[in-house]
Amino acid sequence: MNKSVKVELNCPAPVNEFDSITIGHGGGGKLTQNLLKSGVFSLLDNEWLREQGDAATIQLNGKTAFSTDTFVVSPLIFPGGTIGDLAVNGTVNDLAVSGAKPQYLSLSFILEEGLEMKLFQQILHSIRDACEEADVKIITGDTKVVEKGKGDQIFINTTGIGEMHSKSKMGMNRIKKGDAVLLSGSMARHGITIMSKRNGLEFETKLNSDTRPLHRICLELIDTFGSQIHLMRDPTRGGVANVLNEIAEQTGKGIQLNEKVLPVEDEVAGACEMLGLDPLYVANEGLFVAIVDAEIAEECIELIRKWEYGSSAVAIGKVTEDHPGKVVLHSAIGGRRVLAQATGELLPRIC
Amino acid sequence: MKYLSEFRDEEIVRTLLNKIRKCVTKPWNIMEVCGGQTHGLVRHGLLQMLPDQIRMIHGPGCPVCVTPVSLIDKAVELALEHDVILCSYGDMLRVPGSTLSLQQARAKGGDIRILYSPLEAVSIARQNPNREVVFFAVGFETTAPANALSVEQAYRQKLKNYTVLSAHVMVPPAMEAIMSDPDTKVDGFLAAGHVCTVMGLSEYVPLVEKWKMPIVVTGFEPVDLLEGIYMVVSQLENGEYRLENQYKRVVGKDGNRQAVDLVKSVFEYRDREWRGIGEIPMSGLFLAQKYRDYDATLKFGPLKERISEDSGCLSGDVMKGKIKPHECPHFGKGCTPEKPLGAPMVSSEGACAAYYNYATQESTE
Ligand code: SF4
Repeated sequence: MNKSVKVELNCPAPVNEFDSITIGHGGGGKLTQNLLKSGVFSLLDNEWLREQGDAATIQLNGKTAFSTDTFVVSPLIFPGGTIGDLAVNGTVNDLAVSGAKPQYLSLSFILEEGLEMKLFQQILHSIRDACEEADVKIITGDTKVVEKGKGDQIFINTTGIGEMHSKSKMGMNRIKKGDAVLLSGSMARHGITIMSKRNGLEFETKLNSDTRPLHRICLELIDTFGSQIHLMRDPTRGGVANVLNEIAEQTGKGIQLNEKVLPVEDEVAGACEMLGLDPLYVANEGLFVAIVDAEIAEECIELIRKWEYGSSAVAIGKVTEDHPGKVVLHSAIGGRRVLAQATGELLPRIC
Repeated sequence: MKYLSEFRDEEIVRTLLNKIRKCVTKPWNIMEVCGGQTHGLVRHGLLQMLPDQIRMIHGPGCPVCVTPVSLIDKAVELALEHDVILCSYGDMLRVPGSTLSLQQARAKGGDIRILYSPLEAVSIARQNPNREVVFFAVGFETTAPANALSVEQAYRQKLKNYTVLSAHVMVPPAMEAIMSDPDTKVDGFLAAGHVCTVMGLSEYVPLVEKWKMPIVVTGFEPVDLLEGIYMVVSQLENGEYRLENQYKRVVGKDGNRQAVDLVKSVFEYRDREWRGIGEIPMSGLFLAQKYRDYDATLKFGPLKERISEDSGCLSGDVMKGKIKPHECPHFGKGCTPEKPLGAPMVSSEGACAAYYNYATQESTE
């Protein structure tokens, strides 16, 4: 089920004589050119990058979606992925849940002096693989180097453009009472994987991050059901609870969830218990929430489940007119509680 | 998770609720001492499922909530002015000090690290011989043994750069303080299961005898909590008072002797100030004479300047069970998890945060 990340360290051309990033690599001179040519361009090669113009020119037809995101994850390499594939998939998925086919990305690095070239290479390789898997092209970008201590090894920004699916009619205003709330897979895997590798918190797990592109599933949903898909969102930071809260708040409708059916893998649930975290608030990467017409909920789930990344898709609740603006969870033992918006950083509890 | 699922079984929960309903004839106030239990009651929506006669009172059982402002200020001072590596459990980071929280101190450049175990702090000290490492040790009897072990290890390894800022507090003296308050409304206690895992049951016997009220050592899952409540209510209804152990699957009568001995050799009991409650006799753990080199307050001196802690927070009344979190005038208005006025709104175990995050019917309507 997990995506295996192909990471090869045999770069097609020697990067250059340095084994780590220096301030000179950001100077815009020969070193910068070498770094880009041998490192970046050779890996991500395409007609736009070959041009090396100040801007890439593209032809867009019809309505276009445009999205940007910056990635600052630590650790940079984690089970199931790297900051590189996260940066590609993150923007791909933002476009996907907006109803667009992701096509072109920009890629900007802020590198900290001292970043090991080998590590940078590994990240670049994962970017290339993620682009191939998602079928998107990186057509423009930028690299800056900051002094040691002024960054956390590497920050990546990706901006993406994609063509909107002609049948997409999504929007908050389309959500109505009775709509089904679907979740494309199980929750909290990415957040818990990352946490298990954090300094001072390390614990043994076989978990992998769920970083992966979702646009094929999202586009097929829109293609098949068109305007009956009312909204899609990817619950990354802040988890499922926060995304649903945003929806409830903005639409003024209530959302009712059923705790019994919430999909959480055993290992993730165990780690959440141990850390005192609620999986509903933990970050995901390759997951989306869809609010759809109740009539087609079953068919949607069937469709999502046919995809590798959607095999555990499930309806987790519905839109109601009770408790406007709030997300209410019906607990597995028959109780009820309001799921509020989380506050800031998730902090593991004490005992 | 199979292990847990039977303690979250809807059928068993329903049966227990029925038993409680059948048994209860009068209103009773039951205090769950531990924040983990508060969290469990709210998280599973149990509070609204209980019959109206049963009023759960949330006790002082969140170690973060009862840590005095002066100790948080001291931790902030150590991180910012003494340039130490300050290690802490995550919960402590957001608790407001008189000027800054540790999270704000970290943003100001303090080297503050979130750890899950004090032993980790010892290895950080070993790896950074040129830096001072301070572990901000908060918690009840549950976290004390690991902390004692860290001091023990540092002592054996002759580390010169590791100290502990101890804010450890003990539960039974707090229960005693609550019962001694003439305004107390508590009729019976759910005692904290985890604490007894370490300390055993013996400390509760004198409390039961002196105050003539039931104490039931209880776990944290819905079935545990309801069973504990049922045991307290049936004693109360029958006019009995006993110490009972609902959490037998985890808690033995004698606790963990080895852990207790370790705690007792590294720490000594002294009077300790509790945030919002005041000083409680013999309720705090301080480093024993032999380990005084590992006491951060001795090494770095007392807090430079003590600032008054009056934020208007009514945490003392909440923790003594005099008011419910949502009865505090600041609840959800001047005081939210984003901008907490007091500690109980910060920690995930804090009663105000538990109410706010899971806003029950009771607190929202
Ligand atoms: S709501 Fe805030 S101010 Fe009121 S008691 Fe709780 S923490 Fe203190």
